[in-house]
Amino acid sequence: MIGLEHYLTVAATLFVIGIFGLFLNRKNVIILLMSIELMLLAVNINLVSFSSFLGDLVGQVFTLFVLTVAAAEAAIGLAILVCFFRNRGTIAVEDINVMKG
Amino acid sequence: MIQADLTVILPEVVLAVYAMLALIVAVYTSKDRLAPTLVWTTGALMALLGLWIMTGPGGTRAAFGGMILDDGFARFAKVAILFSAAAVLVMSQEYMSRRGLLRFEYPLLVTLAAVGMMVMVSASDLMVLYMGLELQSLALYVVAALRRDSVKSTEAGLKYFVLGALSSGLLLYGASLVYGYAGTTLFSGIIQTAQHGSVSVGLLFGLVFLISGMAFKVSAVPFHMWTPDVYEGSPTPVTAFFATAPKVAAMALIARVLHDAFGNAVADWSQVIALLSLLSMFLGAVAAIGQRDIKRLMAYSSIAHMGYALMGLAAGTAFGVQSMLIYMAIYVTMNLGTFAFILMMEKDGKPVTDIRALNMYSKREPGKALAMLILMFSMAGVPPMLGFFGKFYVLRAAYEGGLAWLAIAGVVASVIAAFYYLRIVYYMYFGEEGEELDTHSSPVLWVVLTGAAAMMLLGIVNMFGVEGAAAAAAATLVN
Repeated sequence: MIGLEHYLTVAATLFVIGIFGLFLNRKNVIILLMSIELMLLAVNINLVSFSSFLGDLVGQVFTLFVLTVAAAEAAIGLAILVCFFRNRGTIAVEDINVMKG
Repeated sequence: MIQADLTVILPEVVLAVYAMLALIVAVYTSKDRLAPTLVWTTGALMALLGLWIMTGPGGTRAAFGGMILDDGFARFAKVAILFSAAAVLVMSQEYMSRRGLLRFEYPLLVTLAAVGMMVMVSASDLMVLYMGLELQSLALYVVAALRRDSVKSTEAGLKYFVLGALSSGLLLYGASLVYGYAGTTLFSGIIQTAQHGSVSVGLLFGLVFLISGMAFKVSAVPFHMWTPDVYEGSPTPVTAFFATAPKVAAMALIARVLHDAFGNAVADWSQVIALLSLLSMFLGAVAAIGQRDIKRLMAYSSIAHMGYALMGLAAGTAFGVQSMLIYMAIYVTMNLGTFAFILMMEKDGKPVTDIRALNMYSKREPGKALAMLILMFSMAGVPPMLGFFGKFYVLRAAYEGGLAWLAIAGVVASVIAAFYYLRIVYYMYFGEEGEELDTHSSPVLWVVLTGAAAMMLLGIVNMFGVEGAAAAAAATLVN
């Protein structure tokens, strides 16, 4: 029997993979965008499984909002990335270093 | 029913409809030539809405089944957000026009960001919180990269976007856990779950994720990495905006979530907030010492100031919230004045951000140098200025809340931080003769600079009534 905790484990694993992808990736900014998407989708799994477990629809409504916002976020991220590529000629993560933090 | 709900969020609706209409009008007519007019109309509209909210009816009104709450606390934050956004807009017009930076999207993106912030501060539900936060963030990512042809600006936008998206992810994960373990997304429901005995582990995890997501938005240490780069890379008026309205909104949001949703578990979050506050104050004070770029310096300065504001919240009392609101109001005024000064720093028509360029500035511009001196003293917390009273309030709140160690640490950090504020003053009054800055001056910037400096001095009489307003606002939040 697959219970709530299994879904939560999957979601937590995906979320952690997303975070690691964000920090360990040295190659390409597109991979950063994919990691961000992965994190948001992990949250969606969480919300839907809680919603089904609680018998409460609010979680699924929340999921729809998250999906919409994720789409808008990806669009804006890609737009900024295109501008950056035009100026810099590269989208490698290690080349985002004009300013040292 | 729906009419009553819409009346509650009327200011937000007005601003959002205005932004979308203006966008269409500008696209179909003269585009960027309309930009200066739009900047002034937007600024005027925001100031009017601010006045309207300030003088409007009091009391607490809930809308959309309790998802949106319009209470004294939300109104205080909204007024601060609208006024500071309007001030930043009118400050940026001349600077951006002269450099060909002023696109018609700029005032409208700022408007949409302001709508997001207003939704944030009156959110009483995790969904509304998330939507408001994202509306604000998405608009801010774009304005950070406003200067499309500059490597620095697009890089700032990209960094802000990636780290901002990460923080939204953390916040959202926290929200999903809170929803799962409390069974509801309404703050009023969450607080009841927390009432029965102690908070469950799942809820606690959710709370920690929520706090880290929101700490990103106020750039509290250890979630501050984006701040210096974004402040340096963005066009200066945009930096001025980042340093003011979004900080007020995010700080108000933290207070809202902590007290409205987790007000029964003060002991659980108070230590976390105290730690964030301690780290922010010290990192902001120490890391800024080596900075030569005034925009990076202001970034670290704002990190330190957020530490002090969080100190008020860490106390977990109504007085703590009041002190945080007072601190934020003073912080915004000081920052507006300082950024007006930074916007006037230029050489041969090009913006200069190196603080060594200020050498002997007082000889050529005694008035502006004096205003800047007052602002810097106020930032450092030197007694006769208003900045001292802001610090005094949060320190008192921390002390009365049983966090005496945090208050002592705050005093130590403010002594360290005084070094770099006073160094700017030193350069202006006792520096070596060097290359001179232009004596360019725009009336709007001059008014903001001297106005802010005058407020720092005159405010000690009665703080322009902010103290009473903040007390009333805090009383509606913490019962």
